[in-house]
Amino acid sequence: MSAVLFVLHVVVLVLLWGLVLAAIVAVRHDVFGVRRQPAPTPTAPARPAAPKRAQPAPKPQQKSQSKAARTLVVTGGPLAGTTLPLDNTPITIGRADGSTLVISDDYVSSNHARLVPSGDAWVLEDLGSTNGTFLDRQRVTAATQVPLGTPIRIGKTVLELRR
Amino acid sequence: MTAGTFAPAAGFGRRRGTELSLIVFAIVLTLTAYAATGLAHGKHLPTDMVTYGLGLVALFGVAHVVVRRFAPYADPLLLPIAAALNGLGLVLIWRLDLAAADSAREAHRAVPRGAAPLQLVWMCIGVALFVAVLVLVRDHRKLRSYSYTAMFFGLALLILPAVLPASHSEVNGARIWIRFGAFSFQPGEVAKILLEVFFAGYLVRHRDLLRLAGRRVWRIDLPRARDLGPLLLAWGVSLLVLLRESDLGSSLLFFGIFLVMLYIATERGSWLLLGLVLFVVGSLIAYATIGHVHDRVTAWLDPFNNHIYNKKFGSSYQLDQGLFGMGTGGITGTGLGQGRPNLVPFANTDFIMASIGEELGLVGVMGILTCYLLFVSRGLRAALGARDGFGKLLAAGLAFSFALQVFVQVGGVTRLIPLTGLTLPFLSYGGSSLVTNWVLLALLLRISDAGRRPQAPPAPAPDENATVVVRP
Repeated sequence: MSAVLFVLHVVVLVLLWGLVLAAIVAVRHDVFGVRRQPAPTPTAPARPAAPKRAQPAPKPQQKSQSKAARTLVVTGGPLAGTTLPLDNTPITIGRADGSTLVISDDYVSSNHARLVPSGDAWVLEDLGSTNGTFLDRQRVTAATQVPLGTPIRIGKTVLELRR
Repeated sequence: MTAGTFAPAAGFGRRRGTELSLIVFAIVLTLTAYAATGLAHGKHLPTDMVTYGLGLVALFGVAHVVVRRFAPYADPLLLPIAAALNGLGLVLIWRLDLAAADSAREAHRAVPRGAAPLQLVWMCIGVALFVAVLVLVRDHRKLRSYSYTAMFFGLALLILPAVLPASHSEVNGARIWIRFGAFSFQPGEVAKILLEVFFAGYLVRHRDLLRLAGRRVWRIDLPRARDLGPLLLAWGVSLLVLLRESDLGSSLLFFGIFLVMLYIATERGSWLLLGLVLFVVGSLIAYATIGHVHDRVTAWLDPFNNHIYNKKFGSSYQLDQGLFGMGTGGITGTGLGQGRPNLVPFANTDFIMASIGEELGLVGVMGILTCYLLFVSRGLRAALGARDGFGKLLAAGLAFSFALQVFVQVGGVTRLIPLTGLTLPFLSYGGSSLVTNWVLLALLLRISDAGRRPQAPPAPAPDENATVVVRP
């Protein structure tokens, strides 16, 4: 009897730690970071390395063209740290609750700006905001194409496109 | 801190299969623990093993299906961890019931009513509320418009036990209950979530004022005197709760949550500094004026003093028994059902960690603490992923309050800090606490779902018809 109890005791402890390990493995990308692939060409920038994980619905054009942006990263301001995965739908930015990226900042208009995909590129438009949208210190007056890694400033928030 | 360092790959996927398999794992763990306890106690498997297992499958199955339907992109770890902790807690409470019944039979007293069936009822209510929150709150940003309503009800619930006559609010010297006949409830637990909703709504609105206005004195940004109002109010309320209700735990939790959410919203260390000063002052006042707090501190500093151990009120007896129990357990523990954790008073609520330490040992305690760590880290991950300031603050506040509660609770039992009367989330016996934590879980899943969901087509912009001119 005591042998059975001992085995069960060990099984309980092993299962408890098994659950912990299984849980960590399930989110290993978040815990240990994403494994980086070597840059495809020597001239390509090394920093925004392409994640190994496949996208749930890979778009053929994005797959072939490594220049397409895949995430919108907030690098400054109250929302710093947020990332938005990009697909082929436009992104609206503003104080309104219906915006894709809601920025609660007194310098941001309700419907401030939007990012629209156009082929592989993303186009930034100011939607008549009071305090303006800035692409690399230039105020955006007409729809402008956004290069990768260029800071977009809206109020106190800084965004950039990454691969 | 640069944002890109831990940005995950684009597109999170739904991960509901992962969640399901982890829930199955949690149920297997719970049933094994149940079988081990039954075998050790009665030399045979528990007779209701199958019905109990089916009950767990039904309960967590419903929760999983609802998440699949209403929050398909939510974090896959939160629900399984909560299920494992809740299941294990239920087994431990049942195990302590068995011991209580045995000692009553030996002493030829009437066998007391078990706590485990009641806990099971509360678990069902908790899952029902979990479902209700996920179904009714489709967008957590809607909660922001109720922030002042939440404040009103939260404060009312927090203060209610202090205003009610002691006969309706006092249990074992702490006035933290609402009691009417057989029904009893700790409103402070529910108040916790309501006040977090309020803090998040308030701070998102006023953070710039709190962050930017003020003078810089000797490299520390001091806030303006009139902006100190909310902090002083939170401090006053928590001190009032402490003085009137002798509830050390809730008052600490309440002040800690407010302070940390203020810090997260403003990113300014000066608030933490001011808060810590206020905390020290408050602690000194409490230590000097409240006998109950004084007793707790002396029992913490000198628990093995014979005089303190044998005191009639405020002795270190409970703390010592817990320590002895954990010492008996050692590294691997005595095995479920084979120790004597029932020697500790209130073993199934305040001291459930001592029972785990005795029967599952240090290995088990560390496993449970790692589960809590994972839960909190996934909560903070949901906060990082949130796309609006309100969701970010709310998720961070919920996750932090969970962490603080575990720290204060386990720290008290292991004699790292003075003992306070809080419950261990999901593990301890206690209806209000369990139900509240299921609601907290639902809110975290909702925020995490919103953060990981791919973009929906945006709302039409005002100048939808304007011509788009692309400048090369």
